Amino acid sequence: MTTSTSAPRSAASSRTPLKQRVGGVLRARETGIAVLIVVVFVAATAKNEAFASANSVQQLLLGASLIALLAVGQTMVIVTRNVDLSVGSVVGITAYVVGMSFRDNPDMPVFLGFLIGIGLGAVFGAITGMVVTVFRVPSLVVTLAGLYLIRGLDGLLVDGVIINPQSIPREFQRIGYETVLGIPVLFLLVLAVVVIAAYVMRSFRSARDLYAIGSNPAAAELAGIPSEKRVFTAFLVSGALAGLTGALFVALYAQVDVTAGRGYEFLVVAAVVVGGVAIFGGSGTVVGAALAALLLNTIDQALVASRVSGFWTDAIAGALLLGAIAFDRSLSLRIARRLRSQEGAHRDV
Amino acid sequence: MEPRATADPLLVLERAEKSFGPVRALVDGSIELFPGEAHALLGENGAGKSTLVKILAGVHRADAGELRVGGVPLVFNGASDARDAGVSIIYQEPTLFPDLTVAENIYMGRQPTVAGRRIDRRAMNAAAREVFARLGVVLDPARPARGLSVADQQIVEIAKALSLNARVLVMDEPTAALTGVEVQRLFSVMETLRADGAAVMFISHRLEEVYASCQRVTIMRDGRFVRTAPIEEVSVDEIIRSMVGRDLDALFPKSETAPGEVVLDVDGIGEDGVFSDISFQVRRGEIVALAGLVGAGRSEVARAVFGIDPRSRGRVTVLGRELPGHRPRAAMAAGVALVPEDRRQQGLVMDMPIDQNMALASLDRLATGGLLRRSSERSLAVEWARRLQLKFGRLGNAASTLSGGNQQKVVLGKWLSRDPQLLIIDEPTRGIDVGTKAEVHRIIDSLVADGMAVLMISSELPEVLGMADRVLVLHEGRITAELSRAEATEDSIMRAASGLTSGAAA
Repeated sequence: MTTSTSAPRSAASSRTPLKQRVGGVLRARETGIAVLIVVVFVAATAKNEAFASANSVQQLLLGASLIALLAVGQTMVIVTRNVDLSVGSVVGITAYVVGMSFRDNPDMPVFLGFLIGIGLGAVFGAITGMVVTVFRVPSLVVTLAGLYLIRGLDGLLVDGVIINPQSIPREFQRIGYETVLGIPVLFLLVLAVVVIAAYVMRSFRSARDLYAIGSNPAAAELAGIPSEKRVFTAFLVSGALAGLTGALFVALYAQVDVTAGRGYEFLVVAAVVVGGVAIFGGSGTVVGAALAALLLNTIDQALVASRVSGFWTDAIAGALLLGAIAFDRSLSLRIARRLRSQEGAHRDV
Repeated sequence: MEPRATADPLLVLERAEKSFGPVRALVDGSIELFPGEAHALLGENGAGKSTLVKILAGVHRADAGELRVGGVPLVFNGASDARDAGVSIIYQEPTLFPDLTVAENIYMGRQPTVAGRRIDRRAMNAAAREVFARLGVVLDPARPARGLSVADQQIVEIAKALSLNARVLVMDEPTAALTGVEVQRLFSVMETLRADGAAVMFISHRLEEVYASCQRVTIMRDGRFVRTAPIEEVSVDEIIRSMVGRDLDALFPKSETAPGEVVLDVDGIGEDGVFSDISFQVRRGEIVALAGLVGAGRSEVARAVFGIDPRSRGRVTVLGRELPGHRPRAAMAAGVALVPEDRRQQGLVMDMPIDQNMALASLDRLATGGLLRRSSERSLAVEWARRLQLKFGRLGNAASTLSGGNQQKVVLGKWLSRDPQLLIIDEPTRGIDVGTKAEVHRIIDSLVADGMAVLMISSELPEVLGMADRVLVLHEGRITAELSRAEATEDSIMRAASGLTSGAAA
């Protein structure tokens, strides 16, 4: 028995620092993004001090909020080795339906607006989840189809009639502009969702199942994890959060046309990947994804404040995405190589 | 510790049968496992060991026979049934969740929780640490499973089994990918499990490990139970004879040829952790076989010679021209062809038509001005389909429509149409019915008679003995014996392949 404790000596001695390094880098992802946000913020302020004004910061947080909220749901889906590209269209259609409900029923209580948004989003999420799990169609295809299908429905529904601020009750709009201690209420709401989701993803069995499914689907099956049920739930939650985002869209902009939410799906996926969620599932946190949403928006606004062409924004977002992926890839390759040569040396002993 | 023959067996499998279509994988699978014993299950590749294990694992359901656990007759309908009955399987390469921690891997779906069903990480890590302490190993429960060595992955699986209160642990070739130190650690873990009164069923091709760690041995051959005996009552010779003991038949046509000039000269190639110090030659008109156990490095050597895998040391020369490492195209240009082990994954594009598959290695010759004409592909395929007596519906059908043997002929035709000087062929007849097997052998024999050099890898000893002019036996990445056709017997090859070099070096 004593020999066995000393047996893995060569492995243990060279492995511990490696492990710490890996763990360190993973933890560093959230920290790294936070640092980047600060760097960009400081640089932009140096160029144009209006960037640090209370109003500008509020706009910054509000602009990131909707994408950060969507990133929470998207993280849950991507962690299971799936993807939900329909969220942008779901935001668009729920925003319009919520706005329409207020227009047609001016006395409708505010909470019903949220309920309609969340409920409608959940229905879309449930349908997507059903098709993915029951018919075993790759989610990329299903949700790409959903993206266009729902956008088409949205167009038919809108039919050129724009919802304008006059139709939205003051009460509801207040959620979009009111602040507490200078911090926008809407941002605090999203922050609460992120914190709760982060806690759930860490501390509940069913949420850990999501990571297990994405990490090794075959092993998940062997471990008795109800994969289909879990994946379905992930899509359901993603849809519901997209619905909530739609409702908040109305509160924030008070104006809805057919372009609402258009392109959000790619902003969200970009944020999630930059945030350190592995696109093939198994790892990543909602906090990283939400922070990345804030980072992307900060860069966007910083470039605007520095009067840089809007095209740069897209190019920089793309470069950041490539950088994040290249970083992850080179990291895992380096670890694999080190382990292999280590085992090789081991074997030749 | 003595197996307590007086105690009741923990698990009994009696006369289990299992067929897959027309193939009878298991005719009589029988084994008895007593508490506190380590029991070796031995047999050649294809003897039915894996099928028996899968029945115990609940992956396959036996067609007939009886399974009793703790005296109670049971039927396993799935992996969870086996687990609930206290039977755990440790596979050669465990399937863990690489992104999750070691402790989460052990307790997936059963994580200890506190109020509000929240996972109690501290309790989970402590419980994992406790299990590791019982096993006498050091492993950090909080580290991610990614990057664990195979040996540590197995320990995680064993810890999982232990935390599930498994009474029967089945280890399917656990040592195949382990180093010497790791094997010792595994043995001491097995010792701990036995002391706790569990039964361990151990599958290994390395007889010295069986002698070192097991009390009893059960031998299988051709899907049948042969015998069970206390280990001290059987000699190595007896075990090997019980495992192979069958006649070679006319499945192997063999023309007498006189080896000519050296075609392939391999000089001291090596690659860290895979193989080392490999030197040999293959001459015109000669079949050289690479024998050895699964995982001994045979395919890896062949792939490194061809240049698919890298090699860090040594030289490979074909007909006097040195081949650069890691450049399959250079090997092809020098007249080398490789028929890979897994024809479905590596040899064929299954959804592509037969004729296009056949032409795939010759596109550079068939194309004119960079453009490919369908008709030239077709005529090449027609020619080789005739020469290899391919049985097919239409050449335009997908390769997946062919039987295994005919698929293999397509792969052969694809490479033979390049008129190679050296043919490397990995497991030429795996999963092929007997009739087509003989045909493939005849094709290889006639190629050699025409002066081709052949390097063959085969796990089937009869095939090695029947076809090869010389046999190189690999064990853990090294050549442990070079046997002439006269010297090569099942016995001498098995000895060298198990690392018992003393008897085979002659």
